[in-house]
Amino acid sequence: MNTRYLFAFLVVFVLFLVSWLGAAAGLGWLFGVVIPYAAVVVFVVGFARKVLSWAASPVPFAIPTTAGQGRSFPWIPQAKIDNPASNWGVFLRLLFEVLTFRSLFRNTRMRLKEEKLTYQLEIFLWVGALAFHYAFLTVLLRHTRFFLEPTPWCIQVLETLDSFFRVEILYPGVQFGLPAVYLSGFVLLAAVVYLALRRIVIPSVRYVSLASDYFPLLLIFGIAFSGILMRYVTKVDIRAVKELTLGLVTFRPTVPEGIGAVFYIHLFLVCTLLAYFPYSKLMHLGGVFLSPTRNLRGDTRAYRHVNPWNYPVPVHTYEEYEEEFRDKMVEAGLPVEKPLADAADEAAQEKE
Amino acid sequence: MKDKRWIVSGLVVFLLIVLFPFWYNRGRAVPPPEVKLTEKAKAEKECVLARDYMKAEHMQILDLWRETVVREGNRIYTNPKGREFVMSLSNTCLDCHSNKAEFCDKCHNYASVRPYCWDCHIENPKEAR
Amino acid sequence: MAEAKPTPQDVLHRIQHTPPRSDWMETPVEIRKGMYCYAANPKSVATLGLPHPHAWNPVEDDWHLPENWQQILHEGFKERLERFRSFKVFMDICVRCGACADKCHYFIGTGDPKNMPVLRAELLRSVYRNDFSRMGRLLGKVNGARPMSFEVLREWWYYLFQCSECRRCSLFCPYGIDTAEITIMGRELLNLLGLNIDWIATPVANCYMNGNHLGIQPHAFKDMIDFFVDDIEEKTGVRVKPRFMEKGADILFITPSGDVFADPGTYTAMGYLMLFHYLEEKYGLKVTWSTYASEGGNFGFFTSHETMKRLNAKMYAEAKRLKVKWILGGECGHMWRVIHQYMDTMNGPADFLEVPVNPITGTRFEQARSTKMVHLVEFTADLIHHGKLDLDPRRNDYLKVTFHDSCNPSRGMGFFEEPRYVIRNVCNHFYEMPANTIREQTFCCGSGAGLNAGENMELRLAGGLPRANAVQHVHRKYGVNMLACICAIDRAALPALMDYWVPGVQVTGVHELVANALNLPGQNERTTNLRGEEFEELMAQAEGQSDEG
Repeated sequence: MNTRYLFAFLVVFVLFLVSWLGAAAGLGWLFGVVIPYAAVVVFVVGFARKVLSWAASPVPFAIPTTAGQGRSFPWIPQAKIDNPASNWGVFLRLLFEVLTFRSLFRNTRMRLKEEKLTYQLEIFLWVGALAFHYAFLTVLLRHTRFFLEPTPWCIQVLETLDSFFRVEILYPGVQFGLPAVYLSGFVLLAAVVYLALRRIVIPSVRYVSLASDYFPLLLIFGIAFSGILMRYVTKVDIRAVKELTLGLVTFRPTVPEGIGAVFYIHLFLVCTLLAYFPYSKLMHLGGVFLSPTRNLRGDTRAYRHVNPWNYPVPVHTYEEYEEEFRDKMVEAGLPVEKPLADAADEAAQEKE
Repeated sequence: MKDKRWIVSGLVVFLLIVLFPFWYNRGRAVPPPEVKLTEKAKAEKECVLARDYMKAEHMQILDLWRETVVREGNRIYTNPKGREFVMSLSNTCLDCHSNKAEFCDKCHNYASVRPYCWDCHIENPKEAR
Repeated sequence: MAEAKPTPQDVLHRIQHTPPRSDWMETPVEIRKGMYCYAANPKSVATLGLPHPHAWNPVEDDWHLPENWQQILHEGFKERLERFRSFKVFMDICVRCGACADKCHYFIGTGDPKNMPVLRAELLRSVYRNDFSRMGRLLGKVNGARPMSFEVLREWWYYLFQCSECRRCSLFCPYGIDTAEITIMGRELLNLLGLNIDWIATPVANCYMNGNHLGIQPHAFKDMIDFFVDDIEEKTGVRVKPRFMEKGADILFITPSGDVFADPGTYTAMGYLMLFHYLEEKYGLKVTWSTYASEGGNFGFFTSHETMKRLNAKMYAEAKRLKVKWILGGECGHMWRVIHQYMDTMNGPADFLEVPVNPITGTRFEQARSTKMVHLVEFTADLIHHGKLDLDPRRNDYLKVTFHDSCNPSRGMGFFEEPRYVIRNVCNHFYEMPANTIREQTFCCGSGAGLNAGENMELRLAGGLPRANAVQHVHRKYGVNMLACICAIDRAALPALMDYWVPGVQVTGVHELVANALNLPGQNERTTNLRGEEFEELMAQAEGQSDEG
C-alpha cells in the first residue's frame, strides 16, 4: 500500500463529501457562486504570479538541447526544427512540442535481456498523454456553451464533431446515449484511468510518484465521472444550470432551484482544480513555453547571447603566468613578453 | 528585456482566452428563456410524466416511445397514474406543444442542443397537412 | 587493483531495474567504495579562492561543515533561482511522467533508482518544496518535501557526482527539463560548502595556475610536443615544426591537455601536428599553440559557472595577446559545449578577432561568426570537401570503425555530420551503432563531467555499459575494431570501458585517423601507423579476422 495515492484519494473523497453535503444542506450560494468566483480569482492571480516569477529570473546562457544536426556548411543538411537556427525554427519546435509532444514521441523503453540492451519505441505514454490533453481541451471548449449565449457556431461545430459517433442503448432497465454521446468525455475518462494505472502499476513510475501526482489525476477522474453521470444518467435541468453559469460570467449571480447535487459536486471539483493549478506541477502548461532547452536557437556561436548579470571574475592573467614561469619559458625557447633582463631590471627598481 | 515582453504578451493572451466569457458578455443580462405553454398545454396541467422529470429527461421517454412503436408496434403508453397516451411525437407531444419555436427550440437553442427529432419529423404536422 | 573484478557477465546479471520496496525518502544513502570520487584537496580549493576549503572524507560521519551550512545552502539556492530561469522552471514543472527514467546510462548500468534523472532532480526539488513553497512545507513528505539535513546533503553529494551532465534525459523530457542544469546548480551549492571532488578541484586549480588541467608547466608542455615531433619523424620521415605563442600567427589552436598527456589521445595530438604541418607546407597557414591557454577542457564547468568563466577567459585573452585572426579548437566534448553555448556570453564579445575564414578554401564559418572559434573537425571537413587534403584512406583499411557521438557536441551543438564526413573520407570501413545509441540519442562514456577518476571505476564501468553494449553489437555484427570519438575524456575513458566490456576494440580520435591517411610532402614509405604498428601485420590480422567471420 502506498500512502501517497491513498492520501490523494482521501483528499478527493473528502472534497466529494464536502460538496455533496453542502449541496444537500442547501448551500447553493456558497458552492454555486462564492467558491467558483474565488477559484477563478485564485487561478488567474496565481497563474500570472507564477509566470511572472519565472520571467523575473533571466536566462543567462543559451542552453538549447540540440536534437539534430546544427547549422553548418551549406552542403550539410540542418535539422531545422530540432536544432533551429532561426526564430521561425524555434517557433516550429515549440509548436510541435506543445501540439504534438514531439519529445515524448521519442520515448523508448530500455530492456536488458540476455546480456544485451535494447531500446524499443514506447508509444503508449505519448498516446495516453495526447489523448488526455486533447480530450480535456475539447471538453473545456464544449463547456463554453454554458458561458456564452448564443453558443458560437464554432462550438456548435465542435459539438457536432464530438458527437458524430452515436451510441444508443435501450434495454429494459438500461437506457443510455441520449443526449448524444460526446466522445471526448469518455476519452478523457479512459486516458485519466490509463495515466493513473500506469503510475500505480509501473514500478519505477510508482517509485517516483508523489501525492501531488495522483491528486490531479483522481480529481480529473472525479470531474469527468460526475460530468458523464450528469449528462447520461442522473440528468440535471440544463436550463437551470446555464442560468447559474451565465449568471456567474455576467456578474449577475443567481442560484436557480432544482439543480441536482451532482452538479455542485462537479463544480466544486472543477473549482478545486482551478485553485490548485497555479501551485502545482500542472503549471507545466505555462512552463513548457519557458524551458530554455527548447525555446532558444541552436546557433549560439553565430549570435551572442547576453547574460544580464555577467560580472567580472578574477582571472589568472598571462602576465602573472609569465612572471611565474619566465625562466623556464626562456630556457625552453618559448617566446616571452618581457626578456629576462628587463624583468630583472624592473624587479631591482621596485626594490629601490 | 525582450523575452519578458514576449512572456507578458503570452500571459495576457492566455488570460484573455481564459476569461473570454467574462469580457465577451460584458455583464449584460442574459435572461434564461421563458418557455411558453399553449393554452391547451396550460389546461392540461401535467404532461405525460411529472414536470421536473420532463424538464430534464424528456429525451429518455421519447427514445422509449420510438423504440416501442417502431420495434414492437405497440402504440399505447400508460403513465404511472394510469392514463393512456398514443406514443407519437407529432400527434401527441406536438398536439399540446404546437408552438415548437416557443417551446422546444427556445431551451434547445439556449443549451446548444440539436436533437435529431426533426431530421425525420416535420415541425408542425397540423399546418403541413 | 588487488581485488578481483567481477566478470561482465556477473555484473550484467546483477543489475536490477526494479526499485526497492522502501520509499526513496526513507532509503538512506550508502556512500559505497568504487562509486564515489575522493574529496577535494583543500589546497586546490584554496588556490581558486573558493569557499570553505577543508579536509574531509565522504565516508565519515562528520564532513566538517561550516556551522551555518543549511543557511548557506538555502541562500545559495535562492540566489540561483533568481539568476537562472532554467533552474526555477525545472524545479516547478516536472510531472514525474517517468519518460526520463530509463534514459540515464547510470541508471541503466546501476539500477539505482536515484540515478533515474527524475529522482536525481527530486533530491533538490524536495528541498525546494520545503524551502520555497508554502503548500510544499505544509504537506511535507507525502507531497515530496523535506528539510535539508545531513542525510539529504550526503545524498546530494553522492548522486550529483553520479551524473555526467550528458543531457540525454533532457532530450526525452516533454518539457526539456535538463538534469545537467540541475546537477550544475547542485554542484555549485555543494561547492559553497567546499564539497567538491578532487578529480575536479585539482585539475581546476592546475588549469587556473598553469594553463592546463594536468598542471604541466610551459617548458614541460613544449617538451611533450617535441617528443611527438620526434615520434612523427620516426614514423613518417617528416619533421614537423609546431609554433608556440607566436604573435601574428593566423590561428590559435587550443585542445584539451589530455591529448598531450595520455594514450590514445597523444596519437590524436600527433594528428593535429601533422595536419598543421601539411597546411603550412602546402598553403602557408600558420597555426600556433599556447602554453598559457593549453587547456581546451574546462572542469570549471563542473564546479560553478563562475569558475568556468575564470578558466575559459584565457582563450580569448591569449588570442587577443597573440593577435591571431581566430581560434581553432581541438577534439573535446564538454570544451565544445562551453565554447558553443557559454564562451561568447561569458567572455565575449570577441570583437578583436575576425569572423573565421578558412584561407585555404575561402569558406566563411558563418556558424562561428560571433564566437570566432571553429571546431577542428569542421575545419578539416571543409578542407576535405574542397579537396585540399591529399588522403590515402587505404592506410586505414585494417580498421572497421564506428563513431561514438560525445554527449556535449551532440546535445549541446548538434555536431553529427562533420565527424562522419571526415571519417568516411579517411576510412573505407565505417559502421554505425544502433540508431537509439548515436547522434542526439548517444550514450555517455560513463566518465564525463569530471568523473573519470580511478577510484570510482565501478561507477564508470556501469555508466559506460550502454555505450559498450552498443559497441559490442557492431563488434559482433561487423567486426568493428576501432571506436572513433571527438572527445578527450572519451579517449581517456573508453579504453578501460572497452577492455572490460568489449575486448578487441580500440579507441581513437578522428584526427589520428586523418593523420594516418594524410600524405605529407616528403614522407617516407609509411610502413607503420602513428602507434608504431606495422601496416602489413595489421592488414594480415584484419584479413584473418574477416575470414573467420
